[in-house]
Amino acid sequence: MIDSQQMQSLAARMSETEVKGRSPWADARRRFRRNKAAMVSLCVLALVALFAIFGNTLAVWSNEEMDFNVIGQAAQLGAPSLENGHYFGTDDLGRDLFSRTVQGTQVSLMVGLIGAAIAVIVGTLYGATAGYVGGRTDAIMMRTVDILLAIPYMFVLILLLVVFGRSLSMLFLGIGLISWLEMSRIVRGQTLSLKNREFIEAARATGVPAWKIILRHIVPNLLGVVAVYATLLVPLMILSESFISFLGLGVQEPLTSWGALISEGAGTMNYGTLWQLAFPLFFFCITLFAFFFVGDGLRDALDPKDR
Amino acid sequence: MSLLEIRDLNVRFATTDGEVSAVNGINLDLERGATLGIVGESGSGKSQLSFALMGLLARNGRATGSVRFDGTEILNAPPAVLNKIRARRIAMVFQDPMTSLNPYMRVSDQMAEVLMLHKGMGKAQAVAESATMLDAVKIPDAKGRIRLYPHEFSGGMRQRVMIAMALLCRPDLLIADEPTTALDVTVQAQIMELLADLQRDFGMAMVLITHDLGVIAGSAERVMVMYGGRVMERASVDPLFADPAHPYTQGLLAAIPRVDQKGDKLSAIPGSPPNMTHPPAGCPFAPRCAYPLAICQQVMPPLQGFAPGRERACHVEIEVVRAGHAPLPDLPEPAAADLDEAQQLSDLIPEESAHDR
Amino acid sequence: MTAKPLLTARDLRVTFDLPAPGGMPWTKPRQLHAVGGVDFTLMPGETLGVVGESGSGKSTLARALIGLVPATGQAVWQDGTDLIGLSPGKMLKYRSEIQMVFQDPLASLNPRMTVGQIIAEPLTTHHKGLSRTEVKTRVKDMMDRVGLLPNQINRYPHEFSGGQCQRIGIARALIVEPKLVICDEPVSALDVSIQAQVINLLAELQRDLGLALIFIAHDLSVVKHISNRVLVMYLGRVMELAEAESLYANPCHPYTQALLSAVPIPDPQLERKKRIIPLKGELPSPMNPPSGCVFRTRCPRAQAICASERPALRGRAHLTACHFPGPLPPEELTSFAQSA
Repeated sequence: MIDSQQMQSLAARMSETEVKGRSPWADARRRFRRNKAAMVSLCVLALVALFAIFGNTLAVWSNEEMDFNVIGQAAQLGAPSLENGHYFGTDDLGRDLFSRTVQGTQVSLMVGLIGAAIAVIVGTLYGATAGYVGGRTDAIMMRTVDILLAIPYMFVLILLLVVFGRSLSMLFLGIGLISWLEMSRIVRGQTLSLKNREFIEAARATGVPAWKIILRHIVPNLLGVVAVYATLLVPLMILSESFISFLGLGVQEPLTSWGALISEGAGTMNYGTLWQLAFPLFFFCITLFAFFFVGDGLRDALDPKDR
Repeated sequence: MSLLEIRDLNVRFATTDGEVSAVNGINLDLERGATLGIVGESGSGKSQLSFALMGLLARNGRATGSVRFDGTEILNAPPAVLNKIRARRIAMVFQDPMTSLNPYMRVSDQMAEVLMLHKGMGKAQAVAESATMLDAVKIPDAKGRIRLYPHEFSGGMRQRVMIAMALLCRPDLLIADEPTTALDVTVQAQIMELLADLQRDFGMAMVLITHDLGVIAGSAERVMVMYGGRVMERASVDPLFADPAHPYTQGLLAAIPRVDQKGDKLSAIPGSPPNMTHPPAGCPFAPRCAYPLAICQQVMPPLQGFAPGRERACHVEIEVVRAGHAPLPDLPEPAAADLDEAQQLSDLIPEESAHDR
Repeated sequence: MTAKPLLTARDLRVTFDLPAPGGMPWTKPRQLHAVGGVDFTLMPGETLGVVGESGSGKSTLARALIGLVPATGQAVWQDGTDLIGLSPGKMLKYRSEIQMVFQDPLASLNPRMTVGQIIAEPLTTHHKGLSRTEVKTRVKDMMDRVGLLPNQINRYPHEFSGGQCQRIGIARALIVEPKLVICDEPVSALDVSIQAQVINLLAELQRDLGLALIFIAHDLSVVKHISNRVLVMYLGRVMELAEAESLYANPCHPYTQALLSAVPIPDPQLERKKRIIPLKGELPSPMNPPSGCVFRTRCPRAQAICASERPALRGRAHLTACHFPGPLPPEELTSFAQSA
């Protein structure tokens, strides 16, 4: 009698609709949305991305076409104007700065995102493995990172570009090679503090294999830190690429990037063609600022206690 | 005039999830030299009460009401007033001594600093006085060990250092917030004994905040039981333990496993403590109460005296609460049966060791 | 008892290597003896309480049994296999038979996983063939069993109170139907009223499922309540091992007596009459434990022999590791207090 009653109540409870949980990510999203600066920055980033993707459809001129009306008189005729379709003006060779900026934005964002992505994937797995396994493996893995970090990377990057020739893939390779080092150190430190938490012990005690512990228990708990650091890495990557391009070692014509455009614009500043510097610089600055604000917002949203 | 008079003290915290009311309308009088025990579980507001007195609330906290210490209003008083009273007149001992001591400063410097600041002593005199105080809290070789850093002391010794520091200015009131919770039971016994001795020697009043009814039983004169930021029951220690008049006190006492009694099943209090972001309209204990009435859900019962020196906040008739539990067993006298059992058990002691004796 | 013991520990030791301060990588490390030779047997369905103060090695003992820290000695399972030094592959089979419940209810649950995922993890690790719906049904069953609403399966740990989190931890331990559950201070982080709920739940589940429990706690009263037998540890060694009734009514080892006398009793009248046995000095460093009996430096009854000879754990049902066991009379304590 009682048993059947119990069974019924159990059945009733089992059939109740499952309550949806509020995940830590959802909480973080909520806090992030409340951060005005971060939300505005996110919109700015979205606009910059839209500009990079769809800018070309708005452009009247392609980025390789030279406007022969303007050549030689860029200072007088090449100023931004809606009439001749050079919204951002032209450069000294009469090429449309609008479409060149679109192209530079594409390249710079790509460098930033791919560099950061390599850092996130390689750095997280490398650091988490080193930290979790510990002991001698950890020592060898982290000393390797130390040695790589001790090499002046800008010098190596320049050397790579000079020896193997300038190309976009070489640039990605060079930036990717160095970007994950810092990340792996940060991740390892976090892993060490996570490793002795009781839920990791519980997983080990029940016999969950090491790779599964890293992927299911450690990495998801690191993602907060990784996400914050990644948003700060993107502008860093863009900055390094710009620096390389500024030195004239970056992407090759007709490809361009923010760094290359700024470099050109800075060179002709004295001839009264200020727009050649102003437009690329504007995009460069707002993107960097936006990334920093988003990174800040993420940190506050993910670690509410650290404030 | 009482040493400490609290009138209608409320503490609220503004959080992202809404306002949390940690303490609701507490009234309290404490005489000089008296010991008050405050018992409560986590979230009962017992610690926030003491933080509010000391002006140590977190930034998002707000206290209203009135707290008069020796006639002076100290609630939300300017720092200049508070600093004069804190340490000099009211001292506090916390649960975790390591976080309250600066790990990079020698104990002698930390203690001397207090005396130099509040009493205007010279350094040498202050250190000498500090050593005397360490001696008073029974730290062996106080003169030698005063030069050590906090991490060089064990947990129990560190808590003694904390107590010595709190007593340096001979305060009138010592607030001890879970002073032994982080310590082992043998050390806890020593610290509680020490606190009782010091209180007698220095003639100070003490507020002992703890979750452990056992600790309260041994050291307090009067006890205040808190739940959900409110006082549930207040009485002298003997009647409170012998005849708990509030269902919560009763449930709490029955839930404690005891070394001195045989028990079968512990009578647990069902449910969980209330969420103070959305406190219940009526009595906070109503959802877990064994004698719920309809009115309990809507109206918070006032704290009322029902016998000399005893107060409780409950709608349920005292007789109903009393009848709900069997009278607590009298002091277990070593009955004949028990002795027999002991005799039998001693037979189990190995023979060879018995010979050694 | 004719039944075969579930687990027999013989001379179980755990030693940690600590790098010498300022030493080079090749400097010989100092050794910390966290557990120094523990023997006990555990019957199926029995509860063994393990008590001791901080630094007694009771948590390390639990972690050694479950293979979280390397140990030496023997821990023989029912089927005759020695669990110590077993390869991870061979150990896997026993990991579903021995499960653990941890001290900190919230910290023992991965904050990024739902309750369902957490409870299912041991099941999916040990029974890979189960279908998703089958796993879910069993998880919900188990949730109901430990007093959680099954419809909360998709919630995250931070949405539960401490007591409920500990129920989740218990559900995770029981889902693979283990024979032995090691509880490492399962209630010490909980409030008294919640503590009683969890203890009752554990006792009830143990009776229904025929589990053996190793119940580790610093709180003697909790251990008394749930244990059949109790093992008292001090500085990594067993001081006393006896039936709970016998140990609490008639403690023989001076340390056990001191420990018991220090437990506060929630009764003011008894508490005032109580006589606390004082202990001299402080806990010695496990790096450099005293010779002979490890308790001798604080014992009211220590003699010369205690320093030279380590007392063996002796007795038939009530085992004591002491050269001079037996109750400490008040006179002896008074003279001790004066000398101390």
